[in-house]
Amino acid sequence: MENKIKKFLINNVVPIFMVIIILLSIPISGLSIEYLIQEIILRLSRNLFLVLSLLIPIIAGMGLNFGIVLGAMAGQIALIFITDWNVVGLQGFFLAVIITLPIAALMGYVGGIVLNRAKGREMITSMILGFFINGVYQLLVLYGMGKVIPIKNEAILLSRGHGIRNAIDLKNIRRALDDGITFNIGQYSIPVLTILAIVLLCLFIVWFRKTKLGQDMRAIGQDIEVSKSSGIAVDRTRILAIVISTILAGIGQLIFLQNIGTMNTYNSHEQIGMFAIAALLIGGATVSKASIPNALSGVVLFHTMFVLAPRAGKELIGSAQIGEYFRVFISYGIIALVLILHQWRREKEKEAERKRILEMNSNQAGGN
Amino acid sequence: MNNIKTMLKNAGWPRIIITLFLLSMYVVSPFIGINLKSALGDTLVRFGMNAILVLSLVPMIQSGTGLNFGMPLGVEAGLLGAVISIEMGLGGFMGFAGAIIISIPFAVLFGWLYGHILNKVKGGEMMIATYIGFSSVAIMCIMWLVLPFKSQDMIWAYGGEGLRTTISVESHWHKILDKVLHMPNDMLPLGEMVFFAILAFGMWIFFRSRTGYAMKAVGTNDKFAKATGINIDKIRVKSVVMSTVLAAVGIIVYQQSFGFVQLYLAPFYMAFPAIAAILIGGASVNKVTIVNVVVGTFLFQGILTMTPSVVNNIIQTDMSETIRIIVSNGMILYALTRKEGAGSGK
Amino acid sequence: MDKVLLKIEGLSKSFGENVVLKDINLEVKPGEIIGLVGENGAGKSTLMKAIFGMPVISETGGYGGKIIFNGEETNFKSPFDALAVGIGMVHQEFSLIPGFKANENIVLNRESTANSFLEGFFGERIRRIDSKNIEERADNAISQLGIEIDPNTVINEMPVAHKQFTEIAREIEREKTKLLVLDEPTAVLTEEEAKVLLETMRRLSEKGISIIFITHRLDEIMDVCDTVVVLRDGLLINAVNTKDTNVNQITEWMIGRKMGESEEKTETLDDNKEIILSIKNFWVDMPGEMVKGLNLNIKKGEILGLGGMAGQGKIGIANGVMGLYDASGKVIFKGETIKLNDPNEPLEKGIFFVSEDRKGVGLLLESSIEENIAYPAMQIQGKFFKKRFGGLFNLADEEAMKENAQDYIKKLEIRCMSEKQKVQELSGGNQQKVCLAKAFTMDPEVLFVSEPTRGIDVGAKKLVLDTLKEYNLTKGTTIIITSSEIEELRSICDRIAIINEGKVAGILPPTADILEFGKMMVGVSKEGNNE
Repeated sequence: MENKIKKFLINNVVPIFMVIIILLSIPISGLSIEYLIQEIILRLSRNLFLVLSLLIPIIAGMGLNFGIVLGAMAGQIALIFITDWNVVGLQGFFLAVIITLPIAALMGYVGGIVLNRAKGREMITSMILGFFINGVYQLLVLYGMGKVIPIKNEAILLSRGHGIRNAIDLKNIRRALDDGITFNIGQYSIPVLTILAIVLLCLFIVWFRKTKLGQDMRAIGQDIEVSKSSGIAVDRTRILAIVISTILAGIGQLIFLQNIGTMNTYNSHEQIGMFAIAALLIGGATVSKASIPNALSGVVLFHTMFVLAPRAGKELIGSAQIGEYFRVFISYGIIALVLILHQWRREKEKEAERKRILEMNSNQAGGN
Repeated sequence: MNNIKTMLKNAGWPRIIITLFLLSMYVVSPFIGINLKSALGDTLVRFGMNAILVLSLVPMIQSGTGLNFGMPLGVEAGLLGAVISIEMGLGGFMGFAGAIIISIPFAVLFGWLYGHILNKVKGGEMMIATYIGFSSVAIMCIMWLVLPFKSQDMIWAYGGEGLRTTISVESHWHKILDKVLHMPNDMLPLGEMVFFAILAFGMWIFFRSRTGYAMKAVGTNDKFAKATGINIDKIRVKSVVMSTVLAAVGIIVYQQSFGFVQLYLAPFYMAFPAIAAILIGGASVNKVTIVNVVVGTFLFQGILTMTPSVVNNIIQTDMSETIRIIVSNGMILYALTRKEGAGSGK
Repeated sequence: MDKVLLKIEGLSKSFGENVVLKDINLEVKPGEIIGLVGENGAGKSTLMKAIFGMPVISETGGYGGKIIFNGEETNFKSPFDALAVGIGMVHQEFSLIPGFKANENIVLNRESTANSFLEGFFGERIRRIDSKNIEERADNAISQLGIEIDPNTVINEMPVAHKQFTEIAREIEREKTKLLVLDEPTAVLTEEEAKVLLETMRRLSEKGISIIFITHRLDEIMDVCDTVVVLRDGLLINAVNTKDTNVNQITEWMIGRKMGESEEKTETLDDNKEIILSIKNFWVDMPGEMVKGLNLNIKKGEILGLGGMAGQGKIGIANGVMGLYDASGKVIFKGETIKLNDPNEPLEKGIFFVSEDRKGVGLLLESSIEENIAYPAMQIQGKFFKKRFGGLFNLADEEAMKENAQDYIKKLEIRCMSEKQKVQELSGGNQQKVCLAKAFTMDPEVLFVSEPTRGIDVGAKKLVLDTLKEYNLTKGTTIIITSSEIEELRSICDRIAIINEGKVAGILPPTADILEFGKMMVGVSKEGNNE
C-alpha cells in the first residue's frame, strides 16, 4: 500500500507540484473563482485540441513533437486565403479546415522524413525544423504573397504592396465555431461545437489506439529493431504519425485563432509548440507516455497558472512583470525538469533491469 | 581528382552551397554599387564580435557532450560580470577586465551545476541543454528586476523597476580592445582578433595537455576512455565549465564591440547562431577543430553582412532576417540528420 | 524414401579472405530433430545465417552451393523470405517488445483484425484489432508447447524462461512453420526448465515440425535429437544418428586435431612460484559472458590460458577484473585487495588488459598509431609529456611518442605508411599489434590478453604469440591469455584453465589429452553419461 502511494507520487510529481503552486497563488492573486472558471472553460476550448495533437507521436516513440508548429503554419496560410476570398462564418471556418489538410499533410510528410533521418534525436530536430520552416513560411508569406501568389484583399497586405500584414483581423470567422451553438450554465457560456470537436478528437484517439496502425506505432515506440525484424514498416509508420499530428495541429491552430479573433501572422505560431508541450508535461505526461487525462489536466493547470502568475506577482511583490517572467520560467523549467527526469529514469530502469538479470542468474546457478 | 571528390563529399552540400552563395555575393557586389572593402571590413568586425562565442562550443563538442544549446547560461554569467563591473564604476580596460574576472566565478558555478545535470542525462543532452538555457534566461529576467543595482547608467530614469533592457557601455569600455590595439585606418579589428587568437592558442595548448587528451578520448570513444582509466563524468563536467566560462567571456567581448549590454530576453536564442556558425565551418556533433571555428564564423557573419545589402540592391527588399533564419537553422538541421559516431546527444 | 524438407548442397561461405564454411552437405527430414554442435568459430552461426537469409550473408558476397527447401532452390534476400516459406528462428537475444503482453508478441505484425469501412480510404492498417481472436491464437500456440503461461502477462514482468517460450510460441503460431532453428535456447534456463523445453521440442517434432537445435550441452543432444551434426573449422565432420554414438566421440569430433603446427610447451612451471593474483567468488555481469562465482589463483611469472566455449564466461573474467563490467567478489593483487568497478585502480597498480573488442574498446580509430600506443601511458603514468613555455605547461611530447611508436612498428612488424597513419586504415592484424604495443608501453606486471590472434593472418599470429612468450621470459610479466583456440593456448601456456558455466571447470597442463579439454568445455560430468 505504501509503495503504491510512493509510486503514484513519483510518477505525478509535476502535476502535484503545480497544484500546490496554484492553490497558494489563488488567494494571493485576488481573482475570484468564478472568473477563474470562466477563463478555464475558455482556454480549454481554445487550446485542448492543439495539446491533443501531441499524443500520437508520443505513442510512436518519437517524443515531443515540436513540429506541430508546422501544422499551425499550415492553418495560418489557410486563414490568409479565406480572409482574402472573404468567406465568412462557419463556412469560412470549414473551408479553412479543408485548405489546411493538404498543406499540413505535406508539411507533416517532410517533417516525418527529416525525423526518420535523426532517430534518437527527434525532439531537438523537430524544434530546429520548426525554426527552419518558419523561415520558409516567412519567405512565402512575407515576400511571396502579393507578388508570386495573387492576393486581392488589400487590407491584409503591407503598404508596400506585397507581403501579409502582421496583424490580421479575423472578423470573418471570429468565434465562428465557438458561437455556432452555445449553451449556458448559470453565468458560464459553453461553446458547444468546439467542445464537440474536442470530444470527437478524443474518441478518434481512443479508437486509433485499437487499430492495427495504432498497434504498430505502439510497437515501434518501444523497440524499433524488434518491430523492424517482425516486418513492420517502421519508417513509413513514423511518417504517418507525424502527418496525423501535423494535420491535427493545423486544425487546432484554426480553433485557437477563431477564438482569439486576430492572427499575428508572424508570431501566433511561434510559441504554440512550447506552450502545448509545457501543458501536456504539466499534466503528468512524459516523453514516452501520454494520455488524454494528461492533456486535459495539463491544460487546466498550465493555463490557470498562466492567468494567476502576473496577478499574484503584482499582489505579492508589487510587480506584474515578475509574475510574467515567473510563468515563463515555470513553462521552460517544467519541460527541462520532465526531460531530465525521463532520461534519468530510463538510465535507472536499465540498470535495475541488468541487476535483476544478474540476480536471477545467480539464483539459478545457486539452485543448480 | 579523387582527393577533391573526397573533400567535396566530406564537406557536404549545404556547406558548399553556402560558400558558393557567399562567393557569388562578393563577385556581384561591385556591380551593384557596394563597397567591397567596407563590406569585408564589416564582416571582420562581426567576426571579432562573435568568434569567441563560437569558440566556446569546442570543449563540449570534443568531450561528446553535444552542441551547447545551453550557452545562455554562460552568457548570463557574463552579463552579471558586466553589470557588476559597471555598478562598481570601473572604466576603460579595467572595466572590461573586471567584467571578465567577476563573471568567471559565476560561470564556473553555473557550468559545474549544468555539467552535473548533463552527466545524469547522457544521450539526451542537447534537448535538455536547450531548456536549461531558456529557464536560466527566464530566472535572470526576474533577477534583473529584483537585484539592488543603483548605478544611474543602468536603472530606469523615472523610477521603473529593475535594470534597463539595454545599457550603453559607451562611457565605459566601448570598443576598448580596439583602442588598446588597433591598425591604421581601422582595416581590421586588431584588438579583438588578437584576443581571440590568444584564447584559441590557449585552447590549442589545453588539448595537448593530459586532460585535453583525456577529453578527446571521452568524446571519440567512451569505451576506450573508460578502459584507459579516464573518469568520464569528471572530464565532461570540466568541458562544460570551460564552455560556460568561454561563453561568458565571449558575450563581454561581443558587448564591448557592439556598445550595449543587452539584458532580459536577448540571450534567449543566442546559442543558435553560434552553433550554426561552427557547423557551417565543418564541425559535427562530436568533432571539431579550431579551423572550423574560424572558417565557420567568417562564412556565417559574411552572409549576415552581405545579404541585406546585396539582396536589397537586387530585388529591392530586405530579406536578411528570413535568410538568416533559413541558413542557420538549415545548417543545424543538416548536422542533426547526419549519421554520427559515438557519443552523440539528443 | 522419406521426403526431404531441407537439403544443403556444397554450401560454402567466406568473409573476404576468411573461409568460414567449406562444402557443407546436409539433409533434414520432416519432424526430425537435428543437434548442431561445434566450437566457436566452427561455422554454426554462419550456417544458420545463410539458411535464414540474414542480409549480412548477401551483403558480403553471398554463399556458394545450394539450399533447397521443400524441393525448391532458395535465394533468400532477407529473413522475411525465409519466414515466408516456413523457416523460423529463435535467436539467443530475445526479439520481443518489452511492454507488450505475451499474446501481442506472439502475433506481432500478424494480428487478427476486423473489417472496417474506412479501409477503402486509408488502407489495410486502419482495421481494428480483434483482441479476442488474438488471445485464442496465443492460447493455442502456448498449449502446443505443453506449458502454462498466462498470455496476458507483460514481457517485462516474465521470468526469462517464459520469454524463451513466448518466442517459440510466436514462431510456431505462424501457420507455415515447418522448420524451426533454436540457437542455444537452454543457455538461460534452469535444468528443470530445460527439461520442459526438450519435451516441447519432442511434441513439435511429433507434429511434423523439423528442428535444428544448436547447443553445446551434449547430454541434451543425446536426450532429444535424432541426428547430431558436428562442425569443425567450417567443415562438416560427421552427421550420425544419436543412437549410434556417444558423448566422448562427439567431443573428439568437435575438438579434433587442428591443421598446422602445434608445438606444445614442454617446460612446465615450477610449482612453488608465489601467487600474484587471487580471484575469489567472482561474479561479473557481462551480457553473454557472465562469470558466476569463480575462483582462480594466478602464479607470478606464469602464462595462464583461459579457454572454454563461447558464452561460458572466460571473456568476462578479465573484463571484470579491469572494472569494465559490474563485478562483485574479491580480487587480491600482491596481497592487497583491489577495488572493483573502477578501471583506474588495476591500471594504476600495474595490471593491463588488451581487450577482445579491438575496435570498440582497444583503439581510437581516427587517431594515429603513435597516439594510440601512447594513450594509456599518458593518462595513467604521465609518460610522454614535456614541460614547455618555461615550465608553465605540461604538454604532449610528440617526439617521444614518435620514437616509441617507431620502435614498436619495427619490433612487431606493423605494416603501415608511418606512425602518423590512422589506425582505422590498418588491417586487423596490424591493429592488434598496435594494441599490444600499447600494452608493452605500459610495462605492466600482469597482462590480460583476450583473443590475441582472432581474425589475424597466420604470420601475424605467430609473431604475436612469440612476442608474448618473449616478454614473459625476459621481463617476467605474468600473462593471462583468454582464447577460443585451445591449440593456441597449448602452444604457449604453462597451465590452461577451462571455464564452463561461469566457473573454472578445471585446470590442465598443456600436455593433457585434447579429449580432456573437450570434455571440460562441454561440461561432461566426471561420472559421465557414457552410452
